[in-house]
Amino acid sequence: MNEEPTHYADVAEIAPNNVVVGGVVGTRPVRPDGIDKVTGKSRFGADIQLPGTLTGVVFRSPHAHARLLKVDISAALALPGVKAIITSDDLPEITEELAMDKGQSPDFRDMSANILAREKVLYEGHAIAAIAAIDNMTAQQALSLIEVDYAVLPHVIDLQQAMEPDAPLLNEHNITKGIKPAPKKPSNIASRYEQVHGDVAAGFAEADIIITEEFTTQPVHQAYIEPHACLARVSPSGKTDIWCSSQGQFMVQAYCARLLQMPIADIRVFPMEIGGGFGGKTTVYLEPLAVLLSQKTGSPVRMEMTRAEVFKATGPTSGSYMSIKIGARQDGTVVAVEGVLCYQAGAFPGSPVRLGCMTAFAPYNIPNVKLIGYDVLVNRPKSAAYRAPGAPMASFAAESLMDMLAQRLDMDPLALRLLNAADNGTQTAYGVKFKHIGYRQTLEAARQHPHYSAPLGANQGRGVASGFWFNIGGQSSAAIRINDDGSVLVTTGNPDIGGSRASMAMMAADVLGIAYEQIQVEIVDTGSIANSDLTGGSRVTFAVGMAVSQAAATLVEELKRRAALWWQVDPDQVSWSAGTVVLNSSPAKRMSLAELAQHSAATGGPITVETAINAQGAGPGFATHICDVELDPETGRVTILRYTAIQDVGKAIHPAYVEGQMQGGAVQGIGWALNEAYLYDENGRLLNPGFLDYRIPVASDVPMIDTVLVEVPNPRHPFGVKGVGEVPIVPPLGAVANAVARAAGTRLCELPLSPPAIHKALKRAARRRR
Amino acid sequence: MKKRVQSVVNGQALEFECETSDTLLQVLRQNLQLTGTKLGCGTGDCGACSVILDGELVCACLVLAVECERADIRTVEGLATGTTLHLLQQAFLDNAALQCGICTPGLLMASKALLDKYPDPDETQVRYWIAGNLCRCTGYDKIVRAIMDAAPKYALAQALPTETGDRS
Repeated sequence: MNEEPTHYADVAEIAPNNVVVGGVVGTRPVRPDGIDKVTGKSRFGADIQLPGTLTGVVFRSPHAHARLLKVDISAALALPGVKAIITSDDLPEITEELAMDKGQSPDFRDMSANILAREKVLYEGHAIAAIAAIDNMTAQQALSLIEVDYAVLPHVIDLQQAMEPDAPLLNEHNITKGIKPAPKKPSNIASRYEQVHGDVAAGFAEADIIITEEFTTQPVHQAYIEPHACLARVSPSGKTDIWCSSQGQFMVQAYCARLLQMPIADIRVFPMEIGGGFGGKTTVYLEPLAVLLSQKTGSPVRMEMTRAEVFKATGPTSGSYMSIKIGARQDGTVVAVEGVLCYQAGAFPGSPVRLGCMTAFAPYNIPNVKLIGYDVLVNRPKSAAYRAPGAPMASFAAESLMDMLAQRLDMDPLALRLLNAADNGTQTAYGVKFKHIGYRQTLEAARQHPHYSAPLGANQGRGVASGFWFNIGGQSSAAIRINDDGSVLVTTGNPDIGGSRASMAMMAADVLGIAYEQIQVEIVDTGSIANSDLTGGSRVTFAVGMAVSQAAATLVEELKRRAALWWQVDPDQVSWSAGTVVLNSSPAKRMSLAELAQHSAATGGPITVETAINAQGAGPGFATHICDVELDPETGRVTILRYTAIQDVGKAIHPAYVEGQMQGGAVQGIGWALNEAYLYDENGRLLNPGFLDYRIPVASDVPMIDTVLVEVPNPRHPFGVKGVGEVPIVPPLGAVANAVARAAGTRLCELPLSPPAIHKALKRAARRRR
Repeated sequence: MKKRVQSVVNGQALEFECETSDTLLQVLRQNLQLTGTKLGCGTGDCGACSVILDGELVCACLVLAVECERADIRTVEGLATGTTLHLLQQAFLDNAALQCGICTPGLLMASKALLDKYPDPDETQVRYWIAGNLCRCTGYDKIVRAIMDAAPKYALAQALPTETGDRS
């Protein structure tokens, strides 16, 4: 995350030499998988069937919090057509010592207890048992025959109630980590994180203006349209094949091996196309259950969640409560920030509160910052990563405070941000010194954009907000092969979640100096390429793109070597030009890829290169968004009139898919700001586990999303790439809230900004004006 | 209880056997292996299973398969003519109107139903027509542009029967 390079993966060697030779990078070709996607031929997680496949279903808790006294599966197992039933008794016990690697999440003991509950259920929808049956109808009937004796326990859904000393405890053994001395009594606070930079007391002493405010946000689901689905087949030898959609086939392989205590080599995961993830498919729910059921039955087992199961038992990201104080001088210079961020972890520890603390004020050069984060257990599904995990809610608080400061000082909100903007060399509160960043450029672009000076009408308001995300690199693999006819196959181990096949082919084409159309890209299974970290952290175009570029550069050297062998000259007698090798002494003498492929047997065998690196040097992402809203004073409805997303993207490999990331992230953020929330009844049961009542933005809710791509290249990447996928969801919460505050003449600090909340606020503002 | 049903799917007459409780979506995906039509919710809220049934846009998850006796059913698999893409399919590709692609088949069918009824829609019309088709990736911008881009070409193709815009 905050990565100072540990080892520098040979980027420098290829960086200056191979940049944009073919002119493919920066254009907008049709993606290699495009025709399959528009004709319905692409196969997603649920689109695979094998002969004799059983249907797997999950029995889930109807209670938010209960002790499991007895789970009786005998009647269900006796039903004709039921082939196997598993409970947590069938999962290997994972000791505390073996739960984590070097204290790093994930905690596999928790993950095991999340996929099948042990002793206690911790949220409505918590899995208790899984059934394999000959068909879905039989499986559903078997579900009704499982009998569980519960001792229902008091539950807690609300974040702040969960932090009270008398709150019902989810885990009676939970002692808050990160407090010295360690508390004697257990609580729902899983951990405390503290980030201190400078001296906040001294900073506030210099402040002319101090603003303190509290903010809350609701948990929101990633709401990918494809429910989790998988198929597992275990052979009598123990060899296990899994077909599933996920953000990483190697993640599924490693997690299943860990949870089921199997050798990694026994598990092969075939990546299906993924129907959206946004962080929500960076863990496993069904796969280990399908493997266990297949082990027991000897038949393939297919599992697919319903939409209600997706809402009740997967994701979401944390809801939050934040109380933050900001101090500034009269000229607008921010001198200190201090506050507390509390994030809902769900039923097991692991909210992204630390990332919230790190990112909140990262766009600004603030000398004194102290933020404390609390990770809090509540009787809700375990939170999962969601696009820039932890950042949007913290940014909502930070950007609202910046806007309040601008209003108090009667300053232009972009001018205030420009005054405080982080630059190259700025020491961040979270640790690193920024290099090669383009934040200021996004602010300048916003100020110059016609949107920013367009006139506004009655009941309308304009908000701006900025956002930051780290972006990561990490372990990445890529292979390139020259086929016998000279066509090129690029393979990677990273699911293509939004067009990355295209960017891989484009980078390879430019390094090789060949046409984009000459290259095919395949995302291959765990048995067919070296490990690669999952698709997440905005890392694929950067890190896997680096692996592809390096593989292509190595391939060029290999092809030159082959040609030299064929021509019986020294390798330095040949050079590479526009997809062909050229003999330096007589430049008319050339060999194409097809000719090189024809001579492969005589020059050392098939031509292939595989590269595996740990990519370092990811460039951070900054974005600034402008949002215009109109409020309906009668209903409180907010209409987004106009929206502009401006982002430093480093270098856009395929600009249309970069714009798509910015537009999609912005609209997800708009949903977070305006509509999306989980509603629970008094028993802790989710009232809106479906798309009708959990309302993500639909096409008629939003306008076109204008985009401005600022390109401040990342010198650590051969093409200058910075990750682009996550930062677009960071500014919208603040941008929408700031627009609403200015339109309403009063500020709302609780999301979502639903019509009743707006209506109430407008009435309050009207009363104040009387 | 099993029942046999005769219908026409993508122009081809066929017969399938189904449970009376099976939805059209289940039959398309499981019995007929037409997995281009997607399950997103099973409750008619997301539009991923949009198909055209006797000329009307429907959610296949809300239609019982036994209701489809002698029905004309059009799915995403029937949009292209051989290897020639439908104008809407080409427009979605040209405009980068898909990211993960799970909503794409449903959106294509919804867009076709729109253009068959309103050949010259404005942006608002497009947005309201596809409001029943959820997309979580794109923010809809490029999808709306793709449909607006295809509309005049589609209208022209419809007017010229020799063009390969659509054969329904």
